[in-house]
Amino acid sequence: MNLAAVGEPDALAISFFILFIVVALGISYWAARRTRTAEQFYAAGHSITGFQNGLALAGDYMSAASFLGIAGLVALYGFDGLIYSIGFLVGWPIVLYLIAEPLRNLGKYTFADVVAFRMRQTPVRLAAAIGTLSVVIFYLIAQMVGAGSLIKLMFGLDYALAVLIVGVVMITLLLLGGMIATTWVQIIKAVLLLGGALVLAIWTLSKFNFNPLDLFDRAADENGKEVLGPGDKVVTGSWDAVSLGIALMFGTAGLPHILMRFYTVPDSQAARSSVNWATFFIGAFYLITFILGFGAMTLVGQEAITDVEAGGNMAAPLLAQELGGQPFLGFIAAVAFATILAVVAGLTLAGAAALSHDLWVNVVRSGEAPEREQLRVARIATLFMGAAAIALGIALEGQNVAFMVGLAFAIAASANFPALLMAIFWRRFTTWGAVASILTGAISALVLIYISPTIQVDVFDKAEAVFPLKNPALISMPLAFAAGIIVSLVTRERDAERKFIEAERQIHLGAARPPTPEPTPPVLPADR
Amino acid sequence: MATEPAPPEGDDDVRALDVLAAKRLKVGLTLTAVMLVVYFGFILLIAFDKSLLARILTDGLSLGILLGVLVVLATWVLTWIYVGWANRVYEPEVRRLRR
Repeated sequence: MNLAAVGEPDALAISFFILFIVVALGISYWAARRTRTAEQFYAAGHSITGFQNGLALAGDYMSAASFLGIAGLVALYGFDGLIYSIGFLVGWPIVLYLIAEPLRNLGKYTFADVVAFRMRQTPVRLAAAIGTLSVVIFYLIAQMVGAGSLIKLMFGLDYALAVLIVGVVMITLLLLGGMIATTWVQIIKAVLLLGGALVLAIWTLSKFNFNPLDLFDRAADENGKEVLGPGDKVVTGSWDAVSLGIALMFGTAGLPHILMRFYTVPDSQAARSSVNWATFFIGAFYLITFILGFGAMTLVGQEAITDVEAGGNMAAPLLAQELGGQPFLGFIAAVAFATILAVVAGLTLAGAAALSHDLWVNVVRSGEAPEREQLRVARIATLFMGAAAIALGIALEGQNVAFMVGLAFAIAASANFPALLMAIFWRRFTTWGAVASILTGAISALVLIYISPTIQVDVFDKAEAVFPLKNPALISMPLAFAAGIIVSLVTRERDAERKFIEAERQIHLGAARPPTPEPTPPVLPADR
Repeated sequence: MATEPAPPEGDDDVRALDVLAAKRLKVGLTLTAVMLVVYFGFILLIAFDKSLLARILTDGLSLGILLGVLVVLATWVLTWIYVGWANRVYEPEVRRLRR
């Protein structure tokens, strides 16, 4: 087998790559005509169905990191790769049970809408913007740096050029088509990725009598029985395991780009069904990834995988090449690019919404900005966030940014999730309680991770760290809850308590919606 | 974070809404607790008893892999339970209150 083919793409791989860029730009052009109001720009005009949003949510989770990264982890360490994927999955029921429906009914474009609903706007919006932007920026850095290295590896492009291409296509997509274009690119990518991974898994299993156990057994024969049981690659200390588990489980319910998707559906019932679909697709995808990892381990071989890239990230593409030759490798590589594009677009839009909707419209303009101004500011903020993503991606080339996704989840679980939960369910929650909870969560997560082994040992090469846990969520999330509760009890706010009835009514019965000024055309003929 | 009793000025609708809100919160928190037990049960086994999970049940299948797949299935079942409850019990109540 010609391993050098990864990184020296043939004409076919490049055509897939260009084809996807053309399709993405085509979607933006089509979506541009449907993006004339702020509601359409941020929330796709509530035109996405529950099933479609389920695919888009799943798409946000089927990032390059989870497709390539987890398949690689499984290929190199076996069972341990499963631990991460299960952590990413179990957050979804929590989103379903506690967050999705109230969020959809109470908010407009951002999760800050929900936290600030009963409170004084300025302090809450400022704090929530800090919570949103810190999650988005760390997540975005991890994705952009990963994007640069991956595209460099797969297409042989220069790192900075790769980051620039992703950034420019993403900005074009967002400026023209906003949330509508982002969502459809995400949906198409989710279908391609799920379909491609499924074909790859069935192809792999066809070599093992369609029995996964035969595959696992062969892997154990060739690589030792350890690959079927837990090692020490993902989970080391026991409290580490719990802390990482908390960050993954509750972080999902605090990720701004995930929460924002719930505004794209027409009502809370569609929000509910979208999490149901998302959980199904993500679970299925991770089971498929597990098969792919073991497939790469036996059919490609661990040595061949680490020869191409030490982290194992190329396991799935190499398996595609082994089974389907150059065309399939080209297809999988193009899908990996599509994945990166769609995920960074969602993140950038969430960051832009915090700047434009939360800070400009609701703080600077006290919620009184005319429609045209809102849309213009949204686009300027998008351009700014997109440029920042490109600059950070290029500036941090070669840096160890692997910890940043874990950090983003920890901040999301600590700064955003507790405030959101208390705003929805606790009558006595106050403006200053919300501010205290968000800031305590964000700052404690940042400080604790700075003094943890994640930074001190892995990045600065120190022998040990002051704080023992690799992920801070075990401490920072309870701290955020405590700060929110204590400060709320001290600063009683009658107004916020009185408005709780109104909030509760809107959470369950939906907003008394004003008639839509002009009926927007259906997004696709196939839509319901 | 239980919902407090309805405020004195509340009429019947407000009280019915409070009851419905409390009911959904109870279902949500119960299912959250089940999910927590399932997931952290799995994680703590990994953290504290690696050799147990490494046990081979039959050729190619370790207890760890079996439990991992069962956690994924449990996640699906737990979301279906909530969606089923919401469609069967919660939505009719909401429709009644909207009128």
